[in-house]
Amino acid sequence: MSLIEVRNVSKQFGGLAALTDVSFVLNKGEILGLIGPNGAGKTTMFNVINGFYPPTKGDVLLKGEKVSNLKPHVLCKLGVARTFQVVKPLQRMSTLDNVIASAFIRTKSKAQAEEISMEVLKFTNLYEDRMFISKGLPLGKRKRLEIARALATKPEIILLDESFAGLNPTEINEQIEIVNKIRTDKGITILIIEHHMRVIMSISDRIVVLSYGQKIAEGTPLEIGRNPVVIEAYLGEAHNA
Amino acid sequence: MKKFLPLIVFALLCIVPFFGLSTYVMHILILVLIWSVIGMGWNILGGYTGQVSFGHAAFFGMGAYAAGLLYQHLGISAWWGLPVCVLILTALSLIVGYICLRLRGAYFALATLALGEICRVAAENLVDFTKGNMGIMLRERTWVDKTWYFYIILLIAAGTYILIKMVMESKLGYYFVAIREDQDAAESLGINTTFYKTISLCISGVLTGIAGAYYMNYMGYIDPSTVFPLSEVSIATVVVVMVGGAATYWGPIVGAVIMVFLAEEIRSIPFIGAAHQTIFGIILILIIMFLPNGIVGDFRKLIKPLSRAKRECHHEFN
Ligand SMILES: Nc1ncnc2c1ncn2[C@@H]1O[C@H](COP(=O)(O)OP(=O)(O)OP(=O)(O)O)[C@@H](O)[C@H]1O
Ligand SMILES: [Mg+2]
Repeated sequence: MSLIEVRNVSKQFGGLAALTDVSFVLNKGEILGLIGPNGAGKTTMFNVINGFYPPTKGDVLLKGEKVSNLKPHVLCKLGVARTFQVVKPLQRMSTLDNVIASAFIRTKSKAQAEEISMEVLKFTNLYEDRMFISKGLPLGKRKRLEIARALATKPEIILLDESFAGLNPTEINEQIEIVNKIRTDKGITILIIEHHMRVIMSISDRIVVLSYGQKIAEGTPLEIGRNPVVIEAYLGEAHNA
Repeated sequence: MKKFLPLIVFALLCIVPFFGLSTYVMHILILVLIWSVIGMGWNILGGYTGQVSFGHAAFFGMGAYAAGLLYQHLGISAWWGLPVCVLILTALSLIVGYICLRLRGAYFALATLALGEICRVAAENLVDFTKGNMGIMLRERTWVDKTWYFYIILLIAAGTYILIKMVMESKLGYYFVAIREDQDAAESLGINTTFYKTISLCISGVLTGIAGAYYMNYMGYIDPSTVFPLSEVSIATVVVVMVGGAATYWGPIVGAVIMVFLAEEIRSIPFIGAAHQTIFGIILILIIMFLPNGIVGDFRKLIKPLSRAKRECHHEFN
């Protein structure tokens, strides 16, 4: 069953086509990887799905209903949570308060919000850091806080934007474990953007590849790894760099 | 001890009228309490929600005029202004919120600045309705003595303090602070930022308006330049809160105490007294430079040089 369907979405920023006629589906229970060279339009895709930008053309459907013009807070309420590539902690709030603020979407009671938060903090290994001001956390933990906050909204779908970027190998392994647990323990469907090839290949069921705003390939990690078009897109980037 | 501080302060203030203080001192205390209420009102929006307003005179003046005009046109007691201004200011806040709150940061601040000025000009020019620059005068005062005036504003201030504390410890408070810290993050975490900013503005506007309605009753006279001015009310409010400490419970109160006393002191100094606005400006700049979180917010920093021994072992996480 498709939870999210992206249907012929284009997004134009002035003269720049950040996305051109992109279509794919996110099925219930899967981990779908979204990859592509820098500036390919991956984050823009997230911003369109979660309502920060309306698509210039095309539609986003959530369980068959058009949601293209809804605001992010409505989508969050409908069960679509996200993290930010450039982390956005609520800086002067403690780690715990960051998560409590998110948990309030499902409850009015502070006690309940706190209970949800404690569980989520343990789940993401941030429990020990709960009293620290979030802007003082190291990057790895701020990345995890992004995930913790998203989980506290009790989503059905979670959009992870480069949750592994800037982590050291130990943190990467810890993070992989958390992402896997999000699916197995919580039954949440995951759409994940990642540059880290080892991570994305091992974690995803399927992968969609964007390049210059267009979808150039889609398939299992094995298929994507062998796809000459994909290799060309990445090599091209390496050549230019 | 810290938990009982509000109660102790409240109890002390309750017995103040029994000390036989002069009318002048009572007047100063009443001014401090009025400014505390205005400051606490501003703090909800500017301090906790991060939407800095340079136009709170609009709300203060509206409250004052609500009370004055009820008396002027309907011949009823200006005290009715207190409950009635709640309705009027909620309506005003909703309108202002609808127009201004889609703006962010400096643009919102500029829009509120314009709002205050619009209100002042309107009050000056709608002569048939507001009596323009003639102002509104209550022909008879409720009490000659200041005791009851003092108790009424004390109750309003205490009520405001409790309300803010309750709000800030609830879902609403978390949402306000989340919006201040990052609007995009807040929005993606399911917070309807426009809606909650409007709520914050309503609470802020109503509290400030109540202070205005009280002011009409207490002073017995208002005109556009005393209740709608940019520097003496709108900017002064920002100064009071910044000096005391934005986004703290006690900041607006401490700020009100300091600024009211300072204003009185400076004004009585010959020659430079007339320049007290300039001096406030300088104080604001110094505070922003050295105590960006105000006296309450940066209290630790302030007492640090005094308690050297502690300096070594004290590590602030932020
Ligand atoms: N708000 C915006 N206004 C104008 N241009 C934008 C905006 N957001 C993104 N872009 C442009 O759209 C293109 C796609 O950007 P996007 O952030 O989606 O890429 P990305 O695939 O996430 O890249 P990265 O891997 O570096 O994160 C880029 O050229 C970017 O400069
Ligand atoms: Mg990106």
